Amino acid sequence: MTKPVIEISNLTLALPGGADRLLAVDNVSFSVNPGEILCVVGESGSGKSMLANAVMGLLPPVIRVTGGSVLFEDRDLLKMGEEDLRALRGQKIGMIFQEPMTALNPLMRVGEQIAEVFESHGLLTPGKRQERAVELLSEVGLPDPSKAVRAYPFQLSGGQRQRVMIAMALALDPKLLIADEPTTALDVTTQAQILQLIRELQKKHGTAVMFITHDFGVVAEIADRVCVMQTGKIVEIGSALDVLSTPAHPYTKSLIAAIPKPRGDGAAATNAAAPILSVRNLTKTYRSGGGWFREERVVPAVDGISFDLARGETLGIVGESGSGKSSLGRCLVRLIKADSGSVQLGDVDMLALSPSELRDQRRRMQMVFQDPYGSLNPRTRVDQIIAEGSVAGGMAKEEALSQSRDLLKLVGLDSSAGSRYPHEFSGGQRQRIGIARALALEPEVIIADESVSALDVSIQAQVLSLLDDLKRKLDLALLFITHDLLVAAQICDRIAVMQHGKIVEIGDVASVFGNPQSDYTRQLLDAIPGMGPDSPLAGNFMTAARQGPEG
Amino acid sequence: MRDFWTRFARNRGAVIGLIILLIVIAISVLAPLLFPQSPWRMVQRPFLPPFENPAFLFGTDTLGRNIAAGLAYGSQVSLIVGLVSTAVALLIGVPLGAVAGYHGGLVDDALMRFTEFFQTIPSFALAIVLVAVFEPSIYSIILAITVVSWVPIARLVRGEVLSLKSREYVEAAVLAGQTNLVIITRQILPNALSPIIVLASLTVASAILLEAALSFMGLGDPNLMSWGYMIGAGRTVIRTAWWLSFFPGIAILLTVLSLNLIGEGLNDALNPRLARTGR
Amino acid sequence: MQFAAFFGSRLLKAVVILLAIIALNFFLIRAAPGDPAAVMAGEAGAADQIFLTQLREQFGLDKPVLTQLWIYMSGVATFDLGFSYRQQMPVSELILDRLPATLLLTGTAFVISLAMGIAGGVLAAMRVGRWSDTLITTAALIFYATPLFWIALMAVLLFSVHFSWLPSFGIETVGTDYTGFARLLDIARHLVLPALTLGLFFMAVYARMTRASMLEVGQMDFVKTAKAKGLKNGVIQRRHVLRNALLPVVTLAGLQAGQMVGGAVLTETVFAWPGIGRLMYESLLQRDYNLLLGIFFVSALLVIVVNMLTDIIYRLVDPRIGAA
Repeated sequence: MTKPVIEISNLTLALPGGADRLLAVDNVSFSVNPGEILCVVGESGSGKSMLANAVMGLLPPVIRVTGGSVLFEDRDLLKMGEEDLRALRGQKIGMIFQEPMTALNPLMRVGEQIAEVFESHGLLTPGKRQERAVELLSEVGLPDPSKAVRAYPFQLSGGQRQRVMIAMALALDPKLLIADEPTTALDVTTQAQILQLIRELQKKHGTAVMFITHDFGVVAEIADRVCVMQTGKIVEIGSALDVLSTPAHPYTKSLIAAIPKPRGDGAAATNAAAPILSVRNLTKTYRSGGGWFREERVVPAVDGISFDLARGETLGIVGESGSGKSSLGRCLVRLIKADSGSVQLGDVDMLALSPSELRDQRRRMQMVFQDPYGSLNPRTRVDQIIAEGSVAGGMAKEEALSQSRDLLKLVGLDSSAGSRYPHEFSGGQRQRIGIARALALEPEVIIADESVSALDVSIQAQVLSLLDDLKRKLDLALLFITHDLLVAAQICDRIAVMQHGKIVEIGDVASVFGNPQSDYTRQLLDAIPGMGPDSPLAGNFMTAARQGPEG
Repeated sequence: MRDFWTRFARNRGAVIGLIILLIVIAISVLAPLLFPQSPWRMVQRPFLPPFENPAFLFGTDTLGRNIAAGLAYGSQVSLIVGLVSTAVALLIGVPLGAVAGYHGGLVDDALMRFTEFFQTIPSFALAIVLVAVFEPSIYSIILAITVVSWVPIARLVRGEVLSLKSREYVEAAVLAGQTNLVIITRQILPNALSPIIVLASLTVASAILLEAALSFMGLGDPNLMSWGYMIGAGRTVIRTAWWLSFFPGIAILLTVLSLNLIGEGLNDALNPRLARTGR
Repeated sequence: MQFAAFFGSRLLKAVVILLAIIALNFFLIRAAPGDPAAVMAGEAGAADQIFLTQLREQFGLDKPVLTQLWIYMSGVATFDLGFSYRQQMPVSELILDRLPATLLLTGTAFVISLAMGIAGGVLAAMRVGRWSDTLITTAALIFYATPLFWIALMAVLLFSVHFSWLPSFGIETVGTDYTGFARLLDIARHLVLPALTLGLFFMAVYARMTRASMLEVGQMDFVKTAKAKGLKNGVIQRRHVLRNALLPVVTLAGLQAGQMVGGAVLTETVFAWPGIGRLMYESLLQRDYNLLLGIFFVSALLVIVVNMLTDIIYRLVDPRIGAA
């Protein structure tokens, strides 16, 4: 029986007074064996990040350890002095974090930051350190490592920065790697590459990995064992195969059930109806820099986009960051000024309207935004937020407020919510308020711009089903912008895939998933974690999607 | 609102500052009652040291004038100059900054040129030049101080409006059909208030310092007894009569300190997220 | 290539601002109540009719406004800043004569304030919440609120009159004729009080900014990464926190240049330091507007130079600025 690399027993962390619960982590016990990848899965607030920080001794001072032990190499990390812990960090235990943008010192070259790992443990000469840095960069797959070593972080992309982080964490061949949501902030294709890199390096060096994530797809992709956390407690732990295919605890079951699945019912047969929204050759190019001495940078964010949207239909616009999908959404409602093209809403070209005409027509196309914390004015009451549009359009204040209360009920909130302020609500509830606001003007088209991307997966499922219900009830057309193909497949009738400002593929869900025409679509589909043919996730989405609604 | 006061009250420095400021305001309001005679009147023998005669607690100056009376009436000058010039600077700076930040374009370009210009000019030197050219009086002093004070305010407002403009709730308001004016006044400015308020309190503080410096240099309003003037007047006799310059300086120190403390307290109270304990 | 472009555009901006200042000067003279010639001549010169006529001719005061502006501007371009009747010397000569003393004073004060301010801020940040932090923060708060000229006076009172440790007047001891090192020492002794008092206010400013910046940077992700690599705390503070924390301080130092010139005026007045600040005070007393405006122009020029230097330093220190 091999000894575990790290053994956590009864770990308990207390939160400071005034927090929403007493304990961040409550009597948690598990271990990680040599050469294995253990995924710690939970939603936000589950305590999984605190756990990782506690192991390394990186907790913020307000969080106290009130019990338990963390045994590593026969020593309790929680009882070790700072100097001993320091010797372990980077050398025996490595850690990588979530935000590649901010995790590297912006003023130091990347090679120097890698060399620091050797320096802090008194290893190698300065010359040798640089050499090793170049070798490490090559090992993590950075192109042109000898040049990359002299780069500053801002010159690298998010995926490249994560590779640097991995190089730093694995430089001294640690026994344990703690990865705290390292791919959450990355595009799905980059995520796939980084996951693969971690798996390769882990196999090569025999490192044990504690991988923190909220995404069950990632778990299905790389985990050997899984540990599920809810409000600080472990609710289920076991091999990945067991937990994913036959989950025991109701919370695990609900999380897995919340993973987007294609709908069973037939696609809305609305192709016959005339389109309510017709976009032709929409173009928007960003020009930056330029001036006497600098070259201009030209970025075609929206490059000749054309599509139709029928009443009662949901069309998904799927793309990674930089694809132009957000710019597209904003061009449609004229929050951004498009360069050319037409947007026919019914019989009116929205782009050709004068400002005064626009004011009347604007209500017909409304938007639900991404950030639950930034989309509601923190100083305005909820019912007033919802009523603002109607009041601006001339409705009497009392009538508008009463309409607000009705809308709140419609989106599943109590009408008393109207007299409260946004900060009193959770993220999911705020998105519901945002939906109510969009509905207040009785639009014909709603554009949902990454409206569920900032929500936990279980809340996401609820909001998605709300949107779906409302669409049917009110006979709306819904344009659903997202980076998540699975989410799009769950709620959309048709999907359009965007890359570099162009639509590279468009069709109904079954065709796009089952028979992708474009290389890029294939790339995107392959990159979705945990959806391969041998994935332990039951009712595999991909096979179901490929078979189509009849299957 | 109650939240705000509890947070403010928790900051001891801010509370002390508030108390001191209230005392200063009280003195300036009650000055005519406490010292019915003009502070320019000669009431005792010159160079009476402080703390010897309870009727003249802070002593008398070169011409036998009551220093305590000078301090009391001086507080009026400092407070009025500080408050009025800040108010005018706000009246100019806030709308200009808001328009520049929201609409961009010509107004924004012009404003940026202005701020660069004023950033380059040493503000005290400019104030001196303005007061000298327009003859020293309380009006020219207020004018000079306003001229050098409005620019940081406009810049701050511009920055805040620019960043708030791209918030999603502003975009939602645009989509809902609200007019630009309503958006600026109801969506943006209320959320930009906190840094503006903090800057306003700091501006009053620096206005008071500026007025004192101008009066010290002899550019004060010749009809008004101000603290800066008292310090300047006591300069030549400082070796023998230190109290002439000492007490007015303490008065300035306490008033400005109280405003700075209040400013910091406001900052902490209005931005609880930024408070120390790791959140 | 990038750098040359940046420098060129900054230079152009600087020239434009200077022209604007000259224009401002010009219009201020005309805004003052009374006859512009009398204004320019000053109280003393206004009595002298010959001087007044000379001025009128020299500045073309009977010609249209734009021509006058052109004459004035070309004058400034050739460093002709006018004539001071009171002092009976060209303004530019007067200023040049006194400029080195001001540069010495402000330069020293700048270095002192920056060095001690940053040191104080770093110390306070590293010992947050403890008594040394409270001490430094409170001291900074008090110095920030104290009028500069008053501190100067109190310093004179304390160190010069009461304790007789340091001189309080001028740049060299009157009546002596030191040379070489002895002279340097004498000047240094005279420099101590003025430089310290001028630096005190700004010390407070830099200390506060440095402390706040270090605390903010300390919360950033890359500091956590540095810890996770096993770096010692001292190295982390120096290499990761301080370097990043100093960036806003550099910007602030540039912005404070203008304030420091103003402070120099007050300090030189109190300590009778023979620089252009004191010259400005004298010109005020004498209502010598030519001199006053000339000094104003030169001080603005100084600030522009310092601003450009700070910009360049910032670009050198932060690799993100100016990159493609």
